[in-house]
Amino acid sequence: MTTRKIYLAELEELTEKVSLMGQKLEEMIGSVKKALTEMDGELAKAIIAQDDDIDELERTVEHGCIRIVAKQQPVATDLRRVTSIMRLIGDIERIADHCGDISEYIIALTGESIIPMPENILEMFDVMKKMVGMTIESFITENVQETEEVTKMDDIVDDYFEKIKDELCIAMKHNPEHIRAYADYLLIAKYVERMADHSTNIAEWTAFIVTGDLEQYMNI
Amino acid sequence: MAEKKPAKFSVQDLSLYYGDFKALNQINMEIPQNEIIAFIGPSGCGKSTFLKTINRMNDLIEGVKVEGKIYMDGTDIYKDIDVIKLRQKVGMVFQQPNPFPMSIYDNVAYGPRIHGIKKKSQLDEIVETSLKQAAIWDEVKDRLKKNALGMSGGQQQRICIARALAVEPEVILMDEPTSALDPISTLKIEDLAVELKEKYTIIIVTHNMQQASRISDRTAFFLTGDVIEYGETEEIFNNPVQKKTEDYITGRFG
Repeated sequence: MTTRKIYLAELEELTEKVSLMGQKLEEMIGSVKKALTEMDGELAKAIIAQDDDIDELERTVEHGCIRIVAKQQPVATDLRRVTSIMRLIGDIERIADHCGDISEYIIALTGESIIPMPENILEMFDVMKKMVGMTIESFITENVQETEEVTKMDDIVDDYFEKIKDELCIAMKHNPEHIRAYADYLLIAKYVERMADHSTNIAEWTAFIVTGDLEQYMNI
Repeated sequence: MAEKKPAKFSVQDLSLYYGDFKALNQINMEIPQNEIIAFIGPSGCGKSTFLKTINRMNDLIEGVKVEGKIYMDGTDIYKDIDVIKLRQKVGMVFQQPNPFPMSIYDNVAYGPRIHGIKKKSQLDEIVETSLKQAAIWDEVKDRLKKNALGMSGGQQQRICIARALAVEPEVILMDEPTSALDPISTLKIEDLAVELKEKYTIIIVTHNMQQASRISDRTAFFLTGDVIEYGETEEIFNNPVQKKTEDYITGRFG
């Protein structure tokens, strides 16, 4: 294989590994949804263990990026791809971490007094889940037409968070004996909100790879 | 976005033929003063040919025909200026360091002497200033009478730059000036080019893409006699408009 073909194969491999990270992340998020809906502590424990896979993939991709920069001095689209991948794998890894964080609160909630799950939290979760799916898809297909839509969905998630926070504050006042459980739900909602933010970042970096315009989506 | 500087050269519909072969195809380009302009492109794309049209080095080649215009500060360089005067204003540094087989001092004083300067004190001053500007004074000040050919390649190249500067040019053309040099000498020439652009306009032909992106303000990509893309270097290397440019700089060409 010529050196150039090796380089192109290395770039291709990076993209494939990121896709794999994305695929694993979507599976994790699916499991978190199930664990949350069914308050399944055992499933939540299994999710926490899965996080290591994504961490390891992140390190592999990061090393690959550094190696390509050092050895190949990429420019133009290649440079944008490598630098953007270095950023967006951090976002994927953070979302996976938050899957673990939410799982820990699911485990905590199964051991605490049973209170009804705040209204809207599953709906909020579904919007975030859809955002992650769309951003991973747009990274793979390099179709960035949906970037704007993802950014708009982030606003919906933010609104849900504010609503849930208000609802939980009222509940805490009325039922202070369940305050710990309410706090757990509040933190879950906050993690979902952060996951949506990271998903927006991924969408923006993907748009940068394709368009080369760093400002275009960052200011929406 | 780089600040728009006044144009040093305005090139209009410039074509050049070697006999029947069209080596440059209707080039249009504005070259701002006090900037470094890099010409990149594969061998035979016309970048060196174009560089040579700027101080009319192609005049010496038989069968060359030039169409179109090159204006320097508004003056048509193929019509309204004496070629000796043009080459005094537009100096050139070549791929292989080519000092004359004489002392370092005489190399640098060669041009000023031809232009009629005879007074020793004046020549001394020009030699010192030029060698200082070429960032080699400290290395050669104690051996100015030594033969320039005894110096290293990198030092010879800087002596050639000093020789070009000695006639007080306005523009320096560099045709792959570091391709025969080691990385440290290369870095010195690059630093020098960046320093010199304060006073001069520098046009550099290079096969070293990193060099173009490191030091130039603007880059032109040549292919088979055409300028495919010409723009700010940062744009060319981050987000080129033309697919051919992208393919060339990322090595997907051919």
